[in-house]
Amino acid sequence: MAEAIVIVVDGVECKAETGQTVAAVLLSHRRWQFGCSPAGRPRGPVCGMGVCFECVVSVDGIPNVRACLEPARNGMQVVTGA
Amino acid sequence: MTRQPDLLVVGAGVVGAACAMYAAESGLRVVVLERDLPAGGVTSAGMGHIVAMDDSPAQLALTAYSRGLLAGLAAELPPSVEYDRCGTIWVAATGEELEGARGKCALYHAHGLHAELLDARALTLAEPSLRRDLAGGVLIPEDGVLYQPAFTRWLLDRARRAGAVVQSGVTVRALSRHGVQTSAGPMASGATLIAAGTDTSALLPRLPIIPRKGHLAVTARVPGMVRHQLVELGYLQSAHAMTASSVAFNVQPRRTGQLLIGSSRELVGPDRSMNHDVLGQMLSRAVAFMPALASVDVLRVWTGLRPATPDGLPFIGRVPEREGVWVAAGHEGLGITTALGTGAITAALLTGSGPSIDAAPFTPDRIAEPAGASHG
Amino acid sequence: MVVIGSGPAGIASACAAAPVRRVVLLDGAPGTGGQIWRHRTRATLGRRAQSWLSRLDRSGAQFRGGVSVTEIERGRVAWASRSGHGVIDAETIVLATGARERYLPFPGWTLPGVMGIGGLQAFIKNGMPVSGLRVVLAGSGPLLLPVAASCVDAGAELLCIVEQASVRHLARFGAGLWRHPSKAIEALRYRLQSLNVPFHTGSWVRQVTSSAGQLVVERAAGGDVERIRCDILATGFGLVPNTELAQLAGCAVEEGRIRVNERQETSVPGILAAGETTGIAGAEAALTEGRIAGSMAAGHASSDELPLARRAGQQQFAEALQRDFALRPELLTLAHPDTIVCRCEDVRRSALDATWDARHAKLMTRAGMGPCQGRVCGPAMAALFGWEVPAVRVPALPATVATLCDHCATLSHVEA
Repeated sequence: MAEAIVIVVDGVECKAETGQTVAAVLLSHRRWQFGCSPAGRPRGPVCGMGVCFECVVSVDGIPNVRACLEPARNGMQVVTGA
Repeated sequence: MTRQPDLLVVGAGVVGAACAMYAAESGLRVVVLERDLPAGGVTSAGMGHIVAMDDSPAQLALTAYSRGLLAGLAAELPPSVEYDRCGTIWVAATGEELEGARGKCALYHAHGLHAELLDARALTLAEPSLRRDLAGGVLIPEDGVLYQPAFTRWLLDRARRAGAVVQSGVTVRALSRHGVQTSAGPMASGATLIAAGTDTSALLPRLPIIPRKGHLAVTARVPGMVRHQLVELGYLQSAHAMTASSVAFNVQPRRTGQLLIGSSRELVGPDRSMNHDVLGQMLSRAVAFMPALASVDVLRVWTGLRPATPDGLPFIGRVPEREGVWVAAGHEGLGITTALGTGAITAALLTGSGPSIDAAPFTPDRIAEPAGASHG
Repeated sequence: MVVIGSGPAGIASACAAAPVRRVVLLDGAPGTGGQIWRHRTRATLGRRAQSWLSRLDRSGAQFRGGVSVTEIERGRVAWASRSGHGVIDAETIVLATGARERYLPFPGWTLPGVMGIGGLQAFIKNGMPVSGLRVVLAGSGPLLLPVAASCVDAGAELLCIVEQASVRHLARFGAGLWRHPSKAIEALRYRLQSLNVPFHTGSWVRQVTSSAGQLVVERAAGGDVERIRCDILATGFGLVPNTELAQLAGCAVEEGRIRVNERQETSVPGILAAGETTGIAGAEAALTEGRIAGSMAAGHASSDELPLARRAGQQQFAEALQRDFALRPELLTLAHPDTIVCRCEDVRRSALDATWDARHAKLMTRAGMGPCQGRVCGPAMAALFGWEVPAVRVPALPATVATLCDHCATLSHVEA
């Protein structure tokens, strides 16, 4: 079923499983903050369904990816705004 | 207000607001009537570029004068106005355009305005995201950008402090002998100034003001990607085409780190619907000049109507054959730049104090269609 | 036929139409199921959900996940995903875009660790372990109980459930549920599962702060305040239909939901709508509406029309929701002048107090101008100030300049 994979978050390897979203992986490592508001205040994911854009991260160099909709893939490079 | 006002301003866009401010500060009793929201019409759809433009000597005079007035007020502007003297770079794509840039530079210098010729290397240093094979450009360092709804609000607040009254939700239906007919009843005034953008023709049918549609796109935040307002020198050709639709590379950095991408021009009457053909051309042109834009996210696209006149200059002054009726409209894409100059000229004409620059090129007399002629 | 949204309504539509139409089913999430049938493995779903997903597999409908619909007009849907983009021509479009949560701003609601109730459930379903995490659920509406059950099942330490509606209103709603047996059974089961958890009614979170890596929740009830330390605070105040695409397509939207007739037709020919986006009525109603929409698209109308009595029942359910979970006035005064209302643009309540309506607010403060285009702050401002939620602009979801260029080329070709 779910396979163990590793994704790289801000340069740190994080254990994950296939079928998890990137948001779920970050949250499972107790990363509540994914980025900052325009004024620099810490923000984390809210809606879990692609509406609020509070969970956007950069994935393999592509900015503004909604982590709650993005499936985790082995070796993917995630950069948060935190 | 118990006594009738000296001046009724119809329209609280950026031009009406600036006229109201200067008139009120000149001691006139001013009432501003706005149908909808202040800055909610032509003003809100624009880009907020503050630019000295040399399409004609009169245009250069008005834009440079206005830009100077804004610089004089800069220290008083609140942060919400987001005034940023980022400068404009007119981008020359070819050697031929660079020759034109040389001429542009010389013209600005002749008028005592700062302008700096950039060769290809200097252009790349100034804007590393631009395509590398461009010829160069002209940097106009005193140009800038601002957030025009907040600027309009500031102008209106200042007008209020000088005694002006601003009434929103009041539609002016017709001009009467000594004032206007409104949705709230008749209002008398000493003089009436129409600053109603593309709707000006409804009240002054003999002044030809033609809506010219434009598209704009705003991007996600990409701070640092663009530093100056970038406009291709070919823009003027686009701006001149009075028949077909045209697009030009025109990108603006906002304080927020976002970019505004323009520009397009279409003569399609009052239709504000999105035109995919024109939008596609506009965005493709932007990518052609700045390839990195291709992967930037667009958050929203919108359209607006520029109030254009046949000779590209606004109508500022007394309306012929209409006792006590004045106009400040038809600024096309330069209303935000020239609002202050327009306001200062209008107030000077109204009070008889004499404007600081020659107002003759803007007089409505020049092309008002004679009574009886039909405008269709 | 293009179906947008792969929750119950979208799945039922696709299944009904697939035998006679080529069906493409689009969703923003990577997998099917929407919010209610979201899953990593089907074994975790109920029997009914599993059987619908199997039907979808066999139907021949093509599913594309991770897709943002950026533009829509009669006969055409423009989409973008991480792997590509394009424009699909479609004789019929079914909008099964579901609903999102309504959030109300209160001091601290933007802190990391504060999330939606449905959001928390989604993260759990998407593989976030919550074992040992201290969770507080606070808000209003029937979603609290199933999410509480999810938390308990997943091993979270659920500290309490905080429902702003009074116990009297809840009782009235519960009594009404007996007219909707399947819903009532669900509710009861969920309630029983979470029995060991305090369920505070007539209570709300008035503020949350952050201290030493924990959230400190202030729960108010009458004049009393209780402080609770936790890891996650999940809040939400009912559901809001997702009508953005319908508005872009020119479909009539009334009272915040897409207007449809008894055949699920919107005001625009060729565009149908089904499920929560036409009014919050639950998964059963969504399945029925989806079936009708799919049958319409397949060309055999009316064989499966929603019985009028059932429609009336759903209407009653929607009305009961509004009546029994009506927001208490205290909730609308929780936001301080410096509390953020528009999260995307950091717009505070004090800035909005000086504006007249949502458009004025947008113009003067940028509220609603961020990437979510007012999907979060719009309903909040509607609750706080009574403002109408403004329509979104193209693109409905952010898309790259390159994508828009290609979409424009295709769409303008069609227009010419």
